[in-house]
Amino acid sequence: MQKNMKKYWPIFTIPVMAAFAIGFVIPFILGIYLSLTKFTTVKDAHFVGLANYRKLFADATYLHSFFLTLAFAIATIIIINIIAFFLAMALTQKLKGTNLFRTVFFMPNLIGGIVLGYIWQLIFSGILVHFNTALNLNARLGFWGLVILVCWQQIGYMMIIYISGLQAIPTDVMEATEIDGANGVQKLFRVTLPMMMPSITICTFLTLTNGFKLFDQNLALTGGAPMKKTELMALNIYQTFYGRVGFEGVGQAKAVIFFLIVIVMAGLQQYFTKSKEVQQ
Amino acid sequence: MHEKNKKNGIIGSTFLTFLCIFWIMPVFIVLWNSFKNKNSINLQPFQLPSNETFVGWENYGAAIGKYGLLQSVGWTVFITVFSVAAILLFCSMCGWFITRVKTWWTKMIYVLCLFSMVVPFQMVMYTLSLVANMLQLTNPFGIIIVYLGFGAGLAIFMFTGFVRSIPIEIEEAAMIDGCTPLQTFFRIVVPIMKPTYISVGILETMWIWNDFLLPYLVLDLKKYKTISIVIQYMKGSYGSVDMGAIMAALILALIPVVIFYLSCQKYIIKGVAAGAVKG
Repeated sequence: MQKNMKKYWPIFTIPVMAAFAIGFVIPFILGIYLSLTKFTTVKDAHFVGLANYRKLFADATYLHSFFLTLAFAIATIIIINIIAFFLAMALTQKLKGTNLFRTVFFMPNLIGGIVLGYIWQLIFSGILVHFNTALNLNARLGFWGLVILVCWQQIGYMMIIYISGLQAIPTDVMEATEIDGANGVQKLFRVTLPMMMPSITICTFLTLTNGFKLFDQNLALTGGAPMKKTELMALNIYQTFYGRVGFEGVGQAKAVIFFLIVIVMAGLQQYFTKSKEVQQ
Repeated sequence: MHEKNKKNGIIGSTFLTFLCIFWIMPVFIVLWNSFKNKNSINLQPFQLPSNETFVGWENYGAAIGKYGLLQSVGWTVFITVFSVAAILLFCSMCGWFITRVKTWWTKMIYVLCLFSMVVPFQMVMYTLSLVANMLQLTNPFGIIIVYLGFGAGLAIFMFTGFVRSIPIEIEEAAMIDGCTPLQTFFRIVVPIMKPTYISVGILETMWIWNDFLLPYLVLDLKKYKTISIVIQYMKGSYGSVDMGAIMAALILALIPVVIFYLSCQKYIIKGVAAGAVKG
């Protein structure tokens, strides 16, 4: 069968390969090269070695955005996963109206980042006006506003994954636990959580990478105000590219570092949660 | 014991009902603000429209007339539908082929696709817009190619995952009976993969419909804008920001999403769950 098929490789693979080269492979390689050059257009690029990388470590806004992104990712991972998990537990109890609840909780996920940002800007400004302040005046409020927005958006998505995980736990395991006389807390920590580790791995992975890559919501809600203090890494890189002439090379170097950070974080997360998964 | 369970059930349902109302509130707040005048939106967003603040469809008129929102809805639908169709067709073909034909380069394609899923868009955004400019892909037709390339990672990953679970014997039988690989694919494999087509289609639709930065950097913005781009423009434009028109635009952006969600809800939720298990 393989021999017969091999002849057909151009039909099956060329469209995707060509598009993948244009959309990903070439920009990626070109990106790494440009991070080592100084340029405003590709034609005037000249090699400067690691100068761009040295510059970015001296850039206080970049370091600030790194720590802010880290804090943001940690906050959203914890809040989203805990709430989504308990909602999933509640919605698998055969309560009345479960389907309607699920529909409503998932809904924000389909709304785009820009739209989400402006919806919440309206709400926060309506609340904060009574306290004589605004989201773009206070960095701490801006940060937590963004956390609330992202929780609203993603809790429903993670809830769906946890629900399908909970439904996959064999009922005989749960029955055996009950016959052995385990109470609710013991059941949760000794049986449900270990059985749910695959779902937890996926959901923490998704919330981690989503948190690190967040851009649209950040741009629409605060745009980094005040004074770039609510700028996450993705937005910081964008501003370096398109906000400052002559800093394109530094922007690309920032993007390479950003990419390495995301890879390392995702790898670490996989290592730690996968090791806790149990064999069924 | 039974009584107690019932009581807990009622408490639980009531609590969740309140939480749901709270959850959906932001959308309704935007909805009623889209019928109010500009000043009252900024100062008192939580008040329902009253006789003094109600302006009817005026905001919608501004959003459509002044900012050309309907054209952008049209372009967004066009780009989403054709990009997703291209992704489904070509990635399923490629995904099947690289699972069944095992050589060094098919394995390399698979690994590259996995890799591309983790890479943040900022890594390639600048160079991608350069490449798109150079190849003149800065229109709604060209951007389909960009989406096919950038969306291939997830799609190929999910299709290969599914192909591995279907027995190869069916395909072998078809080929022994004289089917060419193309016939085998379209007559045998495509029908079996229907659930995966739905899952991938939904995940890619959600992404492309809502995407902002990629079309913003790739498209020629003088001629073509997507919904997200128009809304960002309205807010960022010079002079006074027309909050009323923005509210109307947000609602107009939400309507297609709500229709899509309510009509395909079952598939969307299944698709998300399936995507996660494979991921």
